[in-house]
Amino acid sequence: MSDVNGNGKFLVGIYDDDDVVLSAVKEVKGAGVRIQEVYSPIPIHGLDVALGHPRSRLGIAAFLFGLSGTLTALALTFYTEGFDWPMIVGGKDSYSPVVYVPIIFELTVLFCALGMVATFLISNGMGPTVKPLMYDLRTTDNKFAMAIDLSKNNIGEGDIEQILRKSGAAEVNIKQF
Amino acid sequence: MSHVTSAVRAPLITGGKTYADVTEDISRQVEGKPTREWTIAFTISVIVLLYGTACVFWTWWEGLGVWGLNKTVGWAWDITNFVWWVGIGHAGTLISAILLLFRQKWRTAVNRAAEAMTIFAVLCAASFILMHMGRPWLAYWALPLPNTFGSLWVNFKSPLVWDVFAISTYFTVSLVFWYMGLIPDLATIRDRARSKVSRYIYGAFAMGWNGSAKTWARYEYMSLILAGLSTPLVLSVHTIVSMDFATSVIPGWHTTIFPPYFVAGAIFSGFAMVQNLVLIIRVVFKLEDYITIEHIESMNKVITLTGSIVGVAYLTEFFIAWYSGVEFESYAFINRATGPYWWAYWAMMTCNVITPQLFWSRAIRRSIVWTFVLSVIVNIGMWFERFVIIVTSLHRDYLPSSWAMFHPTLFDISDYIFSFGFFFTLFLLFSKFLPVINMAEVKTVIKSSSEKLPVSVSGVAKGERVANPTFNKDVE
Repeated sequence: MSDVNGNGKFLVGIYDDDDVVLSAVKEVKGAGVRIQEVYSPIPIHGLDVALGHPRSRLGIAAFLFGLSGTLTALALTFYTEGFDWPMIVGGKDSYSPVVYVPIIFELTVLFCALGMVATFLISNGMGPTVKPLMYDLRTTDNKFAMAIDLSKNNIGEGDIEQILRKSGAAEVNIKQF
Repeated sequence: MSHVTSAVRAPLITGGKTYADVTEDISRQVEGKPTREWTIAFTISVIVLLYGTACVFWTWWEGLGVWGLNKTVGWAWDITNFVWWVGIGHAGTLISAILLLFRQKWRTAVNRAAEAMTIFAVLCAASFILMHMGRPWLAYWALPLPNTFGSLWVNFKSPLVWDVFAISTYFTVSLVFWYMGLIPDLATIRDRARSKVSRYIYGAFAMGWNGSAKTWARYEYMSLILAGLSTPLVLSVHTIVSMDFATSVIPGWHTTIFPPYFVAGAIFSGFAMVQNLVLIIRVVFKLEDYITIEHIESMNKVITLTGSIVGVAYLTEFFIAWYSGVEFESYAFINRATGPYWWAYWAMMTCNVITPQLFWSRAIRRSIVWTFVLSVIVNIGMWFERFVIIVTSLHRDYLPSSWAMFHPTLFDISDYIFSFGFFFTLFLLFSKFLPVINMAEVKTVIKSSSEKLPVSVSGVAKGERVANPTFNKDVE
């Protein structure tokens, strides 16, 4: 079973080095083993590609949230100064968009940043009450863990362990959720 | 393998640290009991804060008449302090955003403390906004809400309203950026926690981080976009603060050079404050292997650059005042240098233009004592810069009949002292309860820029520096 419902049996290969785990992913996949996920204390460039994860679409979310900020600022300034209570201050027209550039810019950035961060948290299932399923507590310190869901692989447990060890795993542990 | 190591650059992390060492060294002060130095510093900060808070409340209770303001000088210490604190905040965002985009790896050791400094400095700046309102309970009037007297809105054409948007956005985005950067480290502390309470609290703030490859990929992508957003943001904030002055018609304020000049000055003072803070942190928390002389020298180079930009701006202002042929403008500048506030002007020139040039000397740039002293001088100079711009321009304007002098009162001074108590109390709490160095980011630079270099393919020995600027591939 997957780690979402948390009742599966996993084989966890523990690695000491980020370069080793990156090449191990290619080796293990090449041996026909399906990898659940890799956990690390640092970002490893190219790991998501090696694991076959699709490219993040956070940029699209950021753009759309930014756009909503721009439109909100335009609507706010237009409604207040152009329609609800027109005022001529400093010889400028009651509605003079150039003067509102700082407001438009700030609201664009604000909406973009907050919206994107919220999207990031939601898409990763993160929140203050979330209890993460940790395959090994050392993965937030100095170890790298490769989790293999046994129920999703047709290869035997012993063979997978061999493959993991051959790929450079310092330890192979069993983790049951 | 995938890491490229420079054979010519000095290592960023010394002491041959491993990933586990990084966690151990940086988590130590979070997990252990407060040190004696921390306790003494915290006690002093809280006493200063309590005294300052009492003075701020008295200011509000009695009204702004307790300050030394008069009908001509309507802005003085409070706005000087506000601009100074906002400026100090800039280095944090610059380090975390602009240097991230420029791929400057040395930022990793100082970005966390610098970002914390930004947030606390902006809070201090905001406290002066509240103070100078006199009636802080009506602060919400600055927000775009129709008031109860009819559909009258805030004036969106006013730079003061732009400030409300700029500073609140800057604070919010900086806080979010800082907090998101903290999440992987909070998870590290959560997973190491021995007590249930720590595990629960750090666990709640770690938001369930598990360090999966997918999360890291999204996280890096998000950090890059946040950096891209923060970069123009940091420039916009002080640009808008400068417009508070530049859009007026006061001689000495009404100049187009203000936005770039204010931004350079802000980065200048911000880096000086970062230097002061990290120089203390590295000794007190024994982090000399992480915040090395290389880091200090890099920041001193930024101080030299921005200090020189500020110097050019001062000279340009003077030149334009003469070249414009506007007698009020010329008078404002001659009055600054030779009038009753000449001492403030020359303190500014000495501290900001002359002394930072000492950093052109490599020995001074790499000296801890010189760096600390010169950074304090820069901060004093930048405070004087804001004082000179505000007070000397206001105390003599177009009408000689309204000329006046500004003299600070005990409350002007005490309210400034309040901000120091506030800042250092927050900073000390941060340094006790959160890792002062970004562990996850420092771990990423260990291989490519640490003393623990493997023997390269070209045969250059571990840590040895060569004159030939070639890059060598690591051999694992």
